[in-house]
Amino acid sequence: MLAYLVAMSITAGLYALMALGVNLTWGMAGMVNLGLAGFFAVGGYTTALLTKSGVAIPLGVLAGGLVAAATGAVVALVTARLRADYLAIVTLGFSESVRIAASNEIWLTNGSDGIAGIPGPWRGVLPPLAFNLVFLAIVVGVLVCVFVVLQRLGRSPFGRVLRAIRDNEDVAAVAGKHVLVFKVKAFAVGAAVLGVAGALYAHATSFIAPDIFAPLLTLNIILALVAGGVGNNAGAVLGAVLIVALLEGTRFAAPWLGFLSPAQIAAMRELLIAVLLLGILRVLPAGILPERVGGTAGR
Amino acid sequence: MGFADVAQLVLNGIMAGAILTAPAIGFTAIYAVLRFPNFAVASHMTVGAFAGYVVNADLHWPLLPSALVAFIVAGLVGVVSDAVALRPLRPAGLITATIASVALTIALENLVRLAFGNSLRDYDLPLERDWRFGGLRVGPQQLRDLAISAAAVLALFGVLGFTRMGKAMRAVADNPVLASLRGIDTQRIGHVVNFTAMGMAGLGGMLLGLDTSIDPLTGFRAILAVFAAAVLGGLGSIPGAVLGALAIGVAEELSQLALPPDYRSVVGFLAILLVLSFRPSGILGVRR
Repeated sequence: MLAYLVAMSITAGLYALMALGVNLTWGMAGMVNLGLAGFFAVGGYTTALLTKSGVAIPLGVLAGGLVAAATGAVVALVTARLRADYLAIVTLGFSESVRIAASNEIWLTNGSDGIAGIPGPWRGVLPPLAFNLVFLAIVVGVLVCVFVVLQRLGRSPFGRVLRAIRDNEDVAAVAGKHVLVFKVKAFAVGAAVLGVAGALYAHATSFIAPDIFAPLLTLNIILALVAGGVGNNAGAVLGAVLIVALLEGTRFAAPWLGFLSPAQIAAMRELLIAVLLLGILRVLPAGILPERVGGTAGR
Repeated sequence: MGFADVAQLVLNGIMAGAILTAPAIGFTAIYAVLRFPNFAVASHMTVGAFAGYVVNADLHWPLLPSALVAFIVAGLVGVVSDAVALRPLRPAGLITATIASVALTIALENLVRLAFGNSLRDYDLPLERDWRFGGLRVGPQQLRDLAISAAAVLALFGVLGFTRMGKAMRAVADNPVLASLRGIDTQRIGHVVNFTAMGMAGLGGMLLGLDTSIDPLTGFRAILAVFAAAVLGGLGSIPGAVLGALAIGVAEELSQLALPPDYRSVVGFLAILLVLSFRPSGILGVRR
């Protein structure tokens, strides 16, 4: 049971990391990212390929974040001048294209079989439970660092400009802010956080495959952020923990649904996530912890 | 690869593009009138494909009535799901509505999965030999798909161009505030647009399935091509969606000259990136 809880805590930590990354682009800069699973995949594959060929794990994770950031910058450059809906289309298309490429470029990614045997810190030296505890500590450490940095970023002039852009792009531009540069930077930083989360995921489980980066992952994270409170970093973390608890909780309901086939039970879970997201958007649009910005109420 | 092979690919592309036209029109029409990208077009394609499948394969209805059922069922699901899930959220803004439409598409897709499972299903169609013209092969079923899609598109143009309802729809797309000042019931227009657009999506989903087979992901797999068609033609432009769909269909087929077939759907994404980089308003779009 302890082993299970530790493994779930690692998942929750990674979800929280992703929710924080999305919160920077969506919550602060108002740029929606429906392809976050794609950036997660880019980070995961980057570090998997590098560390399997001998690069040290911390460098691999760092490279995962950097490659994801560069990819994010390109995606943002193409769409930042356009309305938000184009960004939604492009990011969704991006993550699907990454998934297709990962399934087909067998020489690079081993196709849909995925990459196995990705090294983890002290894996093999430590017993499995101790390995997971160490990894949990690493994930929590990274999470705390990212959280602190994003909190500071939020209160810095950079964060204020982002919120200004979100609330009224034209006014920000008139105030002399280079909107395009700020948007691309914000999107790249958000993508970097997603890439680091993907890289950590690869090292935690030692295995990645295209299936992991399905659109459902994106929906899970968006649900976490919406439930916790878009624009609030603490809300993003809280939402991620709640969503992982909920997803895992549904596992315990499976024995009572014996009359359904495994495919139907999986469908029920996805249905639950989708309906919950629609419900929360309706009754609790500001989330459990609404955004608080120096004196002004949330949106 | 000779000239005849390339000509064959272009022909296949036009056939594929013709099928893509219906859902691309659906996506762009909702964008024009309700002003948000409705990703639920994907699941409505699946809903239409399964509705047509039930009457065609289980009840042995012929093709045309089955296609009509696909249109009507997807259209009705579109009106109801919009009223329940999306319309209340539209005032909260573009991003909220867009995200809600993704949630809706996953919800509907999984309702279909709950009812029908994940297995591939085939329509009840006779096996036919391809027709040959010169060096070119054409499947009779492909031609029937083309005819059905073309008839649906022409009917839609007729409605938009020559009826009071069509005029009202165009007015709302042009300027909703002005339209409602002139006494047009914008909410009713919203229902009509949802019914027609999701009906077109459902019809497209079924036509897509006639060619191959269907499963709950039928619509989602095609969604990149649908977006690409709409963006290429100019988001919000219905004639643009037709041109965009034909162009994407041909581009996807021709991509086989250079890329493995699995990359077909990436072609749509590349097309989106190219269009947005060089001509964001698309072929026939108006820059908003």
